[in-house]
Amino acid sequence: MAVSEQADAAKVALWNNPRFRALLSQAVLIFAIVWMGYEIVTNTVSNLERQNIASGFGFLENTAGFGIIQTLVPYAEDSTYGRAFLVGLLNTLLVAFFGIIFATILGFIIGIARLSKNWVISRLAAVYVEVFRNTPLLLQIFFWYFAVLRAVPGPRESLSAFGLFFLNNRGLYMPAPVFSDNAYIILVAFIAGIFSAIALRWWAKQRQIRTGQQFPVFISSLGLIFGFPIIAFFAAGMPITLDQPELSGFNFKGGMTMIPEFASLLLALTIYTASFIAEIVRAGILAVSHGQSEAAHALGLRVNPTLRLVVIPQAMRVIIPPLTSQFLNLTKNSSLAVAIAYPDLVSVFAGTVLNQTGQAVEILLMTMGVYLIISIITSMFMNWYNARMSLVER
Amino acid sequence: MTHYVRTKDAPLLPPPASTTGIVGWLRENLFSSVTNTILTFIGLYLIYLIVPPIINWGFLSAVWTGEDGDACRSEKVGRAVGACWAFVEAKFGQIIYGRYPVEERWRVTLVYVLGFGALIPMVVPSLPYKGLNALFLLAIYPVVAFILLTGGNIDIGTGFWIGFAVLVAILLGVAFFAASVAKIIELRDGIKGVAMFAVPFAAVVLVSSADLGLAPVETSLWGGLLVTLVVAVTGIVASMPIGILLALGRRSQMPIIRLFCIAFIEFWRGVPLITVLFMSSVMLPLFLPEGVNFDKLLRVLIGVALFSAAYMAEVVRGGLQAIPRGQYEGAMALGLSYWKMMRMIVLPQALKMVIPGIVNTFIGLFKDTTLVLIVGLFDLLGIIQLNFTDPNWSTPSTSHSGYAFAAILFFVFCFGMSRYSIFMENRLDTGHRN
Amino acid sequence: MKSKIIPIAIGATLGLMATSASAATLDDVKAKGFIQCGVSQGLPGFSNPDDKGNWTGIDVDTCRGIAAAVFGDASKIKYTPLSAKERFTALQSGEIDVLSRNTTWTMTRDTALGLNFAGVNYYDGQGFMVRKSLGVDSALKLGGAAVCTNTGTTTELNVADYFRANKLEYKIVAFEKADEVVQAYDKGRCDVYTTDRSGLAAQRLKLEKPDEHMVLPEIISKEPLGPVVRQGDDQWFNIVKWVHNAMLNAEELGVTSANVDQMKSSDNPAIRRLLGVEGKFGSNLGLSNNWAYAIIKQVGNYGEIYERNVGPKTPLGLARGLNALWNNGGLQYAPPIR
Repeated sequence: MAVSEQADAAKVALWNNPRFRALLSQAVLIFAIVWMGYEIVTNTVSNLERQNIASGFGFLENTAGFGIIQTLVPYAEDSTYGRAFLVGLLNTLLVAFFGIIFATILGFIIGIARLSKNWVISRLAAVYVEVFRNTPLLLQIFFWYFAVLRAVPGPRESLSAFGLFFLNNRGLYMPAPVFSDNAYIILVAFIAGIFSAIALRWWAKQRQIRTGQQFPVFISSLGLIFGFPIIAFFAAGMPITLDQPELSGFNFKGGMTMIPEFASLLLALTIYTASFIAEIVRAGILAVSHGQSEAAHALGLRVNPTLRLVVIPQAMRVIIPPLTSQFLNLTKNSSLAVAIAYPDLVSVFAGTVLNQTGQAVEILLMTMGVYLIISIITSMFMNWYNARMSLVER
Repeated sequence: MTHYVRTKDAPLLPPPASTTGIVGWLRENLFSSVTNTILTFIGLYLIYLIVPPIINWGFLSAVWTGEDGDACRSEKVGRAVGACWAFVEAKFGQIIYGRYPVEERWRVTLVYVLGFGALIPMVVPSLPYKGLNALFLLAIYPVVAFILLTGGNIDIGTGFWIGFAVLVAILLGVAFFAASVAKIIELRDGIKGVAMFAVPFAAVVLVSSADLGLAPVETSLWGGLLVTLVVAVTGIVASMPIGILLALGRRSQMPIIRLFCIAFIEFWRGVPLITVLFMSSVMLPLFLPEGVNFDKLLRVLIGVALFSAAYMAEVVRGGLQAIPRGQYEGAMALGLSYWKMMRMIVLPQALKMVIPGIVNTFIGLFKDTTLVLIVGLFDLLGIIQLNFTDPNWSTPSTSHSGYAFAAILFFVFCFGMSRYSIFMENRLDTGHRN
Repeated sequence: MKSKIIPIAIGATLGLMATSASAATLDDVKAKGFIQCGVSQGLPGFSNPDDKGNWTGIDVDTCRGIAAAVFGDASKIKYTPLSAKERFTALQSGEIDVLSRNTTWTMTRDTALGLNFAGVNYYDGQGFMVRKSLGVDSALKLGGAAVCTNTGTTTELNVADYFRANKLEYKIVAFEKADEVVQAYDKGRCDVYTTDRSGLAAQRLKLEKPDEHMVLPEIISKEPLGPVVRQGDDQWFNIVKWVHNAMLNAEELGVTSANVDQMKSSDNPAIRRLLGVEGKFGSNLGLSNNWAYAIIKQVGNYGEIYERNVGPKTPLGLARGLNALWNNGGLQYAPPIR
């Protein structure tokens, strides 16, 4: 090769110098990025100016004027677009939060069921995974939405349970707690319960190290965390009352409502994501070598402690990284809410607000920014957790 | 005194009846303990809950033929009606071709036949001529499909050819500089390289701009399976090269290139596809100078390609990381340049290793193509949904039948691909994994 | 006709994006040989494709009229189906030449979005559709109702205003696409479906049992629907505006697609001016002098278009009402050609 023949370090030409080449290619890249960015910005600005299209983030202060069916923070038609953004964001987080919890639980159950020695159970789990993993999520969302709407009766023929819960195609109506002034005592008691549980755990661990005796930490922690608030509830003279839903006119009033859009989106996200989590869990458990549980049995551990102390901690190391990306996927997939009118961020902000104001650039940038930030925060948290869980090798 | 010494083996007894045959299998797998028995019954009850209604709905009480919605209305036919397959049958043409003009549908069929005809010998490992086949599938087929589907006859204009000539001249100049002044390459190699890019490119453009007598068909008429396949296949094919470059860039020593690749990959992986599609449909037009427009389908394709390129990059990076250091060191010791090392040593091994990952990305993309219906393209699911509102077919079971049919189609495609990926995984497993 | 999808893409990737001089829309249209018309994704009576992709409707006929005026051939046209969200961007970015997609003329759109409304081809108002079994005869009895509608249209805002003004509670369920609204309403998600009354008439046909639903008498808003163009191109604005006016004038003067040839030899000077026999009105627009003749011959006058697409004899069955000519008690009034 021409290069190697004259590879005399002193006489190497500039363009054969790897450092120069690296600098050159990076400079070219920077130039290309800056040039593209410049083109995009100038084009957009000139397009907007030429046609007198409003721009900037001032619209966030304007009155929205439209209603939203599910709001976690107070919102009315005369609230601002900025408020609508917040409402959409919280709705996204709400469905993602519950979706992650339910999908994890269901995913673990299905994943373990797939490894079951029981033929019927493992086959059923396998069929579940294949069916839901291989059909599009959007299709499942539509299916559940319209299936749910068809399956439940209209408001006047509502199904009811104990006269407190009502189910119809406008949603699931539940009694809502109404807090009076001294209800904060219960919250205080709850927090105190959590702290005392932490203290108990620490004490139990110390005692076990010292004496080898175990203490039923889990049960007694539950007792502390829930017992304190219950005592406080009665001690404070029952400051929480229930607001019951009742039929008035066409629909129910009062109480809390779970709208069918939320229910079907949650159902679809849970079922779909659980099929992926099940595979991750299965792979994770299979990755723990059989010798580990045999060794544990040989040490005299029973089945339950073996799983809890030996197999699962090791499987978690394999499970957590892909599980994180499933959580992120679920959060991003919740944006499909736009198809069934669940008022999430994309539906409210990148849908209605974008249509009303026409400021596509600002709104889409904000929406994408939110998802990016959620992604980054989640992966940072999971990286931290992963580092804590990872094997400390000698 | 006689000792009884056995000289022959005792006759082999069959295993106890309770451990062999059906009974044994049942005892072993279903009723080995109390919990297991309970689980079995729960499972059987679930099957009883799910399977008979599905069979009843999908087959026994289904309507298979009919002229219009009346055939599927229970009050008209006088019995309970399950699935309305007659609806699917009536709309089958639209599901496969969208609103593609009926007299031109043979072109779409030809594209399907050519595609599957070339793909099947490609994916069956025992068949020969892989190289030629790949050349056809990746180089010739896209052009043929493009011309058949759009009708070719693209208006290029002289501006393009002038620009093209300028570009070729610049490239030749660079090659000349590299050969004669910098002496990095041979002049002949340089010219060959430029020609290898310019000649096929010019040929493709020439063919696409030729009037072959095919009627032009606008992309707004495309729909159904056609759009689904076009979006998925273009997405995956276009994302391959971009993804490989991004993966290499992410592992590069050069900080700016690495940073750029990380930012690019993490950006696209961090946002939902639906916002990318919204961006391509309402934001991208504002980025372009006045008078410059992309076709809507093309804009979606660009969005999908960039989006899947980021995922592809991560898959390829996994393969690159799995290549032992010795391979890189060996290649460098042989004096191979970076690109030669990648092209001849690293990438072939890395890509082979991640074929299952690539197939999985493809499955994901294939399912995600349904999202284009939200931005107003009518893919498989979109066109089925559109037909729900046909007044002739508005019956209670129409929508469920449509969704069920879409689900079956998607399942067949995705399940087939995932089985293929498992098959390849086993085949490529050389046994010496560490 | 050559399609222009890819070359621009290639041009852009090659970095040859020489910004074309801001040419007039009319010149652009003439150069490419067809009009790119933004329409809805399917609204019977306004712009709706059949199985083969042939578009029909009032909005489509407005576009066909423009094509007839510009090229003398109403078929030189391409349609871009647009969602409510995309429509303004598509127009602003120049992807389409005219937006004719049952779009309500509002002040914001006229000012902050950089658009110009070139007239009103359908006067509409927002209404409510309910199930007959609900036993409601007035919108004022809808307190507490669940209301289905489309996102991001004026309807969403009007319904909010109406219920607030009448101190009624309501729950809004807003979908991205009209077809999903229909499906959800049909499956009982909502008590009320609200959109423009013409839209209600059209969407009602898509329900499982159209006879079990009724439209309430209240009209809660003004919805003047019309074709839209970009600001800053007065010539093109005038062409679109006068295509509509020519259709109205033709109806007022009794010129139809059937009798337009005989009318050419009419003695009525107004008809002679309209059909280009007298004066140079077409060339002042930048068109040929028989521009209006081509519109009427190939597309018809406003009355014909109305009857054909949404009139009482169509499935929509909408009476002329506000859309009658001014001398018949309606609002459709065109300035004279003079």
